[in-house]
Amino acid sequence: MLHLTYLIILLPLVGFGVLLAAGRRLGDPAAGVVATCFVGASFVVSVGVYLALLGVHAPVRSYDQNLWTWIPVDRLQVHAGLYVDPLSMTMVLFITGISALIHLYSIGYMKGDKDFPKFFLYMNLFVASMLILVLGNNLLVTFVGWEGVGTCSYWLVSFWFTRDSAASAGKKAFVYNRIGDVGFLLAILLVFDKVHSLNYQYVFAHIGEIGSANVTAICLLLLVGVMGKSAQIPLFPWLADAMEGPTPVSALIHAATMVTAGVYLLCRVSPLLHASPDAALTIAIVGAATAFMAATIACAQQDIKKVLAYSTVSQLGYMFLAIGCGAYTAAIFLMVAHAFFKGLLFLGAGSVIHGLHDEQDLKRMGNLRAYLPITFITFAIGWLCIAAVPPLSGFWAKGDVLDNTWAAHPALWVVGIVTAALTAYYMSRLTGLAFFGKDRWAESTDDAHELDAAHAHHADGGVPQPRESPWIMTVPLWILAFFAAIAGVMAISGSQFSLANWVDPVFGADLYQNNLSGTALWVLAIVDAVVAIAFVGVGLWLWSQRSERPALEASFLRGAWYVNELYDTVFGRPSERLAAFCADVVDPRIIDGAVNGVAGAFRGTGTVLRRTQTGYVRNYVLGITFGTVVVLGFMLTRMWWG
Amino acid sequence: MSINPAWYLSLSVVLFAIGALGVLVRRNVLIMFMCVELMLNAANLAFVSFARQLHDIGGQVLVFFVLVVAAAEVVVGLGIVVAIFRRRASTNADDLHLMKG
Amino acid sequence: MTALLGVVVTTARPTLPDIGVFAVAAAIILAGAIGVVVARNPVHSALMLVMTLFGVAVLFVLQQANFLAAVQVIVYAGAIVVLFLFVIMFLGVDREEDVGAERLRGQRPLAVALVLLGTTGLLLLGQASRWTTGQPHVAGLDTGAPNVNLIGKSLYTTYLFPFEATSALLIIAVVGAVVLARRPPAATSSSQVAEADAATPEDLAAPADGEGGAAPAEAPVGDRAESSVTGSSAGAAAGTSGDGEAAAGEVGG
Repeated sequence: MLHLTYLIILLPLVGFGVLLAAGRRLGDPAAGVVATCFVGASFVVSVGVYLALLGVHAPVRSYDQNLWTWIPVDRLQVHAGLYVDPLSMTMVLFITGISALIHLYSIGYMKGDKDFPKFFLYMNLFVASMLILVLGNNLLVTFVGWEGVGTCSYWLVSFWFTRDSAASAGKKAFVYNRIGDVGFLLAILLVFDKVHSLNYQYVFAHIGEIGSANVTAICLLLLVGVMGKSAQIPLFPWLADAMEGPTPVSALIHAATMVTAGVYLLCRVSPLLHASPDAALTIAIVGAATAFMAATIACAQQDIKKVLAYSTVSQLGYMFLAIGCGAYTAAIFLMVAHAFFKGLLFLGAGSVIHGLHDEQDLKRMGNLRAYLPITFITFAIGWLCIAAVPPLSGFWAKGDVLDNTWAAHPALWVVGIVTAALTAYYMSRLTGLAFFGKDRWAESTDDAHELDAAHAHHADGGVPQPRESPWIMTVPLWILAFFAAIAGVMAISGSQFSLANWVDPVFGADLYQNNLSGTALWVLAIVDAVVAIAFVGVGLWLWSQRSERPALEASFLRGAWYVNELYDTVFGRPSERLAAFCADVVDPRIIDGAVNGVAGAFRGTGTVLRRTQTGYVRNYVLGITFGTVVVLGFMLTRMWWG
Repeated sequence: MSINPAWYLSLSVVLFAIGALGVLVRRNVLIMFMCVELMLNAANLAFVSFARQLHDIGGQVLVFFVLVVAAAEVVVGLGIVVAIFRRRASTNADDLHLMKG
Repeated sequence: MTALLGVVVTTARPTLPDIGVFAVAAAIILAGAIGVVVARNPVHSALMLVMTLFGVAVLFVLQQANFLAAVQVIVYAGAIVVLFLFVIMFLGVDREEDVGAERLRGQRPLAVALVLLGTTGLLLLGQASRWTTGQPHVAGLDTGAPNVNLIGKSLYTTYLFPFEATSALLIIAVVGAVVLARRPPAATSSSQVAEADAATPEDLAAPADGEGGAAPAEAPVGDRAESSVTGSSAGAAAGTSGDGEAAAGEVGG
């Protein structure tokens, strides 16, 4: 079965091809069904590969397969290769599983959209790219997947590109990703320069040759790439804007999969991080800072999806904090749990938006638990998960991260726990505003809200009753809710579900030995639980009845610490001025001037030389005579000086 | 009994120069033509003197051919002059400058 | 200079008559050449040219190229220059030309300078090293046999092909002259010629009434005369140059 691993990637690619050729003909909903089937089949194959991998005994629980030689150039030998090990299989399982669910959900969500097949085409390609990213056995194949998901993200975020804000958001996402990619590329070049191979296993085996300064440099460059892809400080603003895309896109790409690519990458190169404590510390600090900052911003957002977006940034920060502290297993645990509950939250938000006919403003929602019961129940599970309320998965995952942070860098633990409090608070605020309180959506909608509905199925006149979503959307919600709730079992060490046991062969010698005593662990756990429950209560109490509390929604936070404005001033305007300079001065005067100047020079020369064509025969004879005299002179010189 | 051929050749050079000067300076087409004939004669003179010097009859044969070709050339050339004269009533070479660039 | 050429030449000293003849002939040549260049009247120019040609013929004789001397006089002086004179008279350009005014800027000084430079260069080149290359005696040794025999033999054996080519050239020249000298076909169509012949004096007298027949009627008559004159002169010249000695008296006389 292991040798069929390539099918995992191939199936969504085939789906992409089928939809490319026949998508328009298949239409709504057949195109969606086809796409879901392909991704579902990929999930089935990955389960098979997983079971096969279980049969391979630790400690070398891995399978390397080179499909073909991609770049055979002298010393640069890059193969299109797959590497199956617990880390990649974990990713593959939840990527394909959650993708299949979201595909199913999208059949209902995107119903009636005029570009229905195109959506699924991009989604399949995205899944294929993400799988290439996680299954690659060398840096370059990973990079191919990296770029692929970035491109699909661009396409999907600007799916409704006729809307200016969506088109700009797509561009913004792509450009920020690209900035990060420069770091990634430089890291690849540096690795090749030192080790002359890009294959992970080879590089890890030859870390000694790289030299510690270079290892740090490589890790920091990879961090730059990760900052772009996983929206960490300073390259995070794109994620909030990416919410312009359809909600399933936000769920899949910007919660569960693409943004976790950074986490995967850093976990994959854990031997390098282990060899560079400085880089690890940097990563931890970046992660902690991002987690805190994003949490504060989320506290003041009004759009349901933006809250969730900043929440994602914050949770990703946690994951990097864990990686920086050497707790790779904890990071992966949180990543998996986060994929479940954030995906669930986004899909639930999508259900809310769908039910309210494309209303995204929290201030115009309220008391939805009466009208959208299924959505409410599943959303509540996700809410409690992310708030880290025991015994749901979020509690165990976040607890794991915080425990390791306390053991490695206590100062960062403080940041972590404060952020956990904020997380509980803002998620409760969100739930309170949306599902509790008065029916604010029923109030008149005279004043125009900026969240225009490009996706409206129904006219916005009148205030129709919010209706629950169809089964095709609620079934994925149930499934995700189930997994989000029980994923905590992975924390039970020693059991067959134990994540630590499963990924142990990957991190082996790098696994940070958690030296905390049992007492410390209990204390930390209780602190976590108390903080979580307390702030959930605070958030609900503040926000379930009242919807306006200006004192708690500072414009500084709502404006995302004015980071966008800062970037605009520092980078945006000067770039615009530079571009204007190039367009108005360099292009017309220098470049065109050079070209035209050459032409003008020729014309001028021609005009001058034209004077020799007088038309008078006698002048021409004079010319001949002159030529003859020159030849004579030449012969004379030959004669005298040989 | 033979004169130094160098003199003949010098004479030929001077004759050629005078012919060239005539072509360059005179405007009347017919006189220019006659100066061209002068130059051809200078060449003939040189050929003959070389033929004598080298004891090779080829030089004289060549003069013969030069003569024939000169005749043919004059025929056609004067035909052209006549044709042009019909149009413009002028044999001034300076009046024909339509090919000015 | 003779020592520098590859062949040993008889170094007998030139006798006085030789030098004298050479001097006189040279003087005639130069005087004639200068006369061609400076004469204002084209007819004078042509006559000066004849003088030059005679001088050259004398020099030919001096160098024992008797046949060529004869041909020179007969063909060059007797046919070509005559042709020149025909055209000069025919076109009526025997007026004097104003030699002083020079329309083109810098033409005269440049011309003089270049020609002087060229002459000096050539004369200096004459002092040069071996310029002759190749095989001597290609055409046949100048063995002292009669000049005509030698030339004839060479012409009809070694140089046969150029000989035939030049005869073709002459035919082409004749054809070319006829083509150049005739009128465009529209004005010489036979119907119009017939019309012109049948035209009454009244028709001829009637001015431009839009009658296309009248105006062109006059022209063809004169042109035919012109063309016939030119045609015959061209034909005569062509015929003469082809024949060598035969028709010389006919045209010259």
